[in-house]
Amino acid sequence: MLTVLYFARLRDALGVSSERVGLPADVSDVAGLVAWLRLRGGVWEDELAPGRAFRVAVNQDMADAASGIKDGDEIAIFPPVTGG
Amino acid sequence: MAVRVQQEDFDVGAELLALRQGNPKIGAIASFVGLVRDINEGDSVAGMTLEHYPGMTEKALAAIVEQAEGRWDIYDALVIHRVGDLKPTDQIVLVAVTGAHRGETFAACEFIMDYLKTEAPFWKREKTAEGERWVDARESDEKAALRWR
Repeated sequence: MLTVLYFARLRDALGVSSERVGLPADVSDVAGLVAWLRLRGGVWEDELAPGRAFRVAVNQDMADAASGIKDGDEIAIFPPVTGG
Repeated sequence: MAVRVQQEDFDVGAELLALRQGNPKIGAIASFVGLVRDINEGDSVAGMTLEHYPGMTEKALAAIVEQAEGRWDIYDALVIHRVGDLKPTDQIVLVAVTGAHRGETFAACEFIMDYLKTEAPFWKREKTAEGERWVDARESDEKAALRWR
């Protein structure tokens, strides 16, 4: 299982703040997970479309498309940060 | 090094005193305080809510400070970032760095702030007359962080 967290504007748009999902068989990196989430269609397809600005963290470290994902990981998907 | 994420306000004078106490080698303290403004993108702002990613926020801030410590010869650094509901004139963030001389402390302080702006998981939601809105990330902040690479 993966824990997937959503923050800020993306959480509002997707309507979910956290979920537990089984690691899909063919998903081994961030790009794969995002592509899998996009298959849900509708707002998922829009918000996670290529070219949209969002960032992904794996186990609380900033990640990129090629970052690996394994069972038990905590993944977070969020808009570009705006603190300070 | 100390990193704190908190709802409560902070006293800059007391924090700077605590940071330098007991170390007579310190010759310089550089500090930056970020404040809530009452205007953004031409609209008046009545207040804002700061959200963060508990756990990752502290980890990300500590990693940024560690990078600064590796890059400049500084003695200590402090980052305090507030979360929750804030109003115009409120303090949002304090970055303070101690060292022997001004050059390293100025640079490390600015570096920490620039990286915090692009790497630490905080998000601002503003209250305006038209309702609430998430603040968009600025390209100028990305550029400010990139110049340290």
